[in-house]
Amino acid sequence: MAHDTPEKIRSHAEHEYLKKKRSTEMRHQLTSFAIMIFLTLIAFTMVAAGFSAYLIVPIILLLAAVQVVLQLYHFMHLSNKGHGTVAFFMFSGMFVAFITVLALVTIVWW
Amino acid sequence: MDLNKRYTAQSWPDHPETATLEGKNKFVGFWLLLAAETVTFASLFATYLALKDRGPDASEFTAAGLFELPLVFAMTMILLTSSLTSVYAMHHMKNHNFKAMQAWLGITVLLGLTFLGLEIYEFNHYVHLGFGFTTSAFSSAFFTLVGTHGAHVLFGLSWFIALMVRNSKRGLNMYNAPKFYLAALYWHFIDVVWVFIFTVVYLMGVIG
Repeated sequence: MAHDTPEKIRSHAEHEYLKKKRSTEMRHQLTSFAIMIFLTLIAFTMVAAGFSAYLIVPIILLLAAVQVVLQLYHFMHLSNKGHGTVAFFMFSGMFVAFITVLALVTIVWW
Repeated sequence: MDLNKRYTAQSWPDHPETATLEGKNKFVGFWLLLAAETVTFASLFATYLALKDRGPDASEFTAAGLFELPLVFAMTMILLTSSLTSVYAMHHMKNHNFKAMQAWLGITVLLGLTFLGLEIYEFNHYVHLGFGFTTSAFSSAFFTLVGTHGAHVLFGLSWFIALMVRNSKRGLNMYNAPKFYLAALYWHFIDVVWVFIFTVVYLMGVIG
């Protein structure tokens, strides 16, 4: 019962359109991947170059955040339609995660 | 439902992972799990940050002295690439191309195994240097955080392999499409956690 789904056969034109749309999406995914690699390279290069820690730490944390947003929104499709509830779950989880790290680090190091 | 109902590329739904009620339930439940996992890893990260470079006074091991970037860089690139190959696998899943999906999943598994092998090599290297799980508060926090991530990699690999073997003769259907989709989501999540591990543990560790 739970598996029943009305079967819909697409017309040839519709099928071709979807296929094309998917390859466009795949190209966008490749672009995100290139950006992720680039951000990783910047982070490692900065550390290897030996800049001041006060300069490096905020920048590499920011690069990590950007990379995670790319993963979540592109690779994991969080921005797609029908992801409202799960995005709410995920952001709640990230909020609690942030509070946890902030609270523990503050208690220990302040 | 007939598990063996055959689909063609033209009758395959646009979003097979959420086309059935079971698929929808799995999708929502799995994201809830990922949100909970985020909190789990946050507590491990917080513990690590609190105990970094701490321990018995005699302990000569610090993050800055221990970690080596070339190995971590290689592991990062491998895991990041495996995230892309699983995107390719899901691209073919949506196009109802079972063979291509299996092939890309196979590449993902190989990359994941390489990553795991490098991690085992790294841990083994540390233990031989005298930096074991019980050496210091720092070592316990480090092995727990990075080891938990490694355990996730191992679980993700087992999941992929189990799905690939179990469904090798079935082909894609409404029953296993959500399973493949969720395994790929899990794999991306593992990469998300690794981004923070290489930044917070290794890069910030080397800086000191």
